[in-house]
Amino acid sequence: MGANRLIKGETGLERFPEVAVKEVELKRELDTYVADLHIHTVLSPCANVEMIPPLIVQTALEKGINLIAITDHNASANVSAVQKAAARASLTVLPGMELQTREEVHLLCLFDTPEQLAAWQAMVDARLPDLENDVEFFGEQFVVNETGEFIRREHRLLSVSVDFSLREAVTEVTRLGGIVIPAHIDRQAYSLVANLGLLPTDVSFEALEISRFTSPAEAYRRFPQIGQIPLIQNGDAHSLDELLGTTIFRLAFPSVAELRLALLNAGNRSFFVQSG
Amino acid sequence: MTLQEIIDQLGLKVLTDVKDFSQIIPTGGYASDLLSCVIAGAPRQGVWVTLQAHMNIVAVAALLDLSAVIITEGARPEPRVISKANEEGITLLASEQPTFQVVGRLWELGLKNGG
Repeated sequence: MGANRLIKGETGLERFPEVAVKEVELKRELDTYVADLHIHTVLSPCANVEMIPPLIVQTALEKGINLIAITDHNASANVSAVQKAAARASLTVLPGMELQTREEVHLLCLFDTPEQLAAWQAMVDARLPDLENDVEFFGEQFVVNETGEFIRREHRLLSVSVDFSLREAVTEVTRLGGIVIPAHIDRQAYSLVANLGLLPTDVSFEALEISRFTSPAEAYRRFPQIGQIPLIQNGDAHSLDELLGTTIFRLAFPSVAELRLALLNAGNRSFFVQSG
Repeated sequence: MTLQEIIDQLGLKVLTDVKDFSQIIPTGGYASDLLSCVIAGAPRQGVWVTLQAHMNIVAVAALLDLSAVIITEGARPEPRVISKANEEGITLLASEQPTFQVVGRLWELGLKNGG
């Protein structure tokens, strides 16, 4: 339960990283987290209408997933609704976003607190091109409440590049306390590897994400340029059946700091990708 | 056709150090914004037309020993990209025109080898 307190900000510890670290050190026992850190809601124009908070929570629980991140395209207005829908479940919902950079690279941006996400969203909003969503072409972009009821339409087009370079995005998200994980590097579009060919040398990544269509072993073989960077796998779920839960973490708490430790295999934390 | 003629005919802005461009004869051309495709498909010593301005364009240009990279639609690389290009001896050129127009002009000038 300490984990949930930390995530949901009831202790306020997240504002004092050094205290949070002590708390983590005190809690020696680790828990297993079955994770899918890349899930879209009806706010993403490409997501199915079933991607509403209660159904996402229910499906995650049915699949034995207890750690998810909500990552809509350049937007985050449905994160708190999913967190509310998960409030009484043993499911942690990390606040997140899937950013599309100027280079058309998709980046998972994951945070611990709503405040961090709000600060990041404000920066994204300031650099999102002012274009109207064409519902016929791209699809609806709905903001909903925790029961999935309609609140409003997002009228700005979200399926577009935000005017952040990859490096700027990594710098800013990291400064806010978040972690950046380039998404679906094995895909042929919107991927760090496809778009930029080689890994940029001016930024470093703690992990890369692979899609459901490959395995870590295959990805390391196909993309030698990624070296030994840890690979996690997520569903990139646009429909309920796409929730995956193949990346398993051993953490003291479900937090960004703990994910970092696990990706490094440090402090006894660890992770692995289950073969499908 | 020399790189100098291309620069003059297309009105390109030279972003990197000036060289004797009249001695550089591009072997052909390639246009894509996906660097993985460029690595696989661009002809060596060719010119590459793209609107990507990321640091990695320098690495790709160096890898393929490209004559020049033409960055289109007014996209501007950061100063650190330009200094890296100078370090590597890569020529970066800029056009306000979209890629389609730039490639069309190169074709008209007779640069038709696609690698």
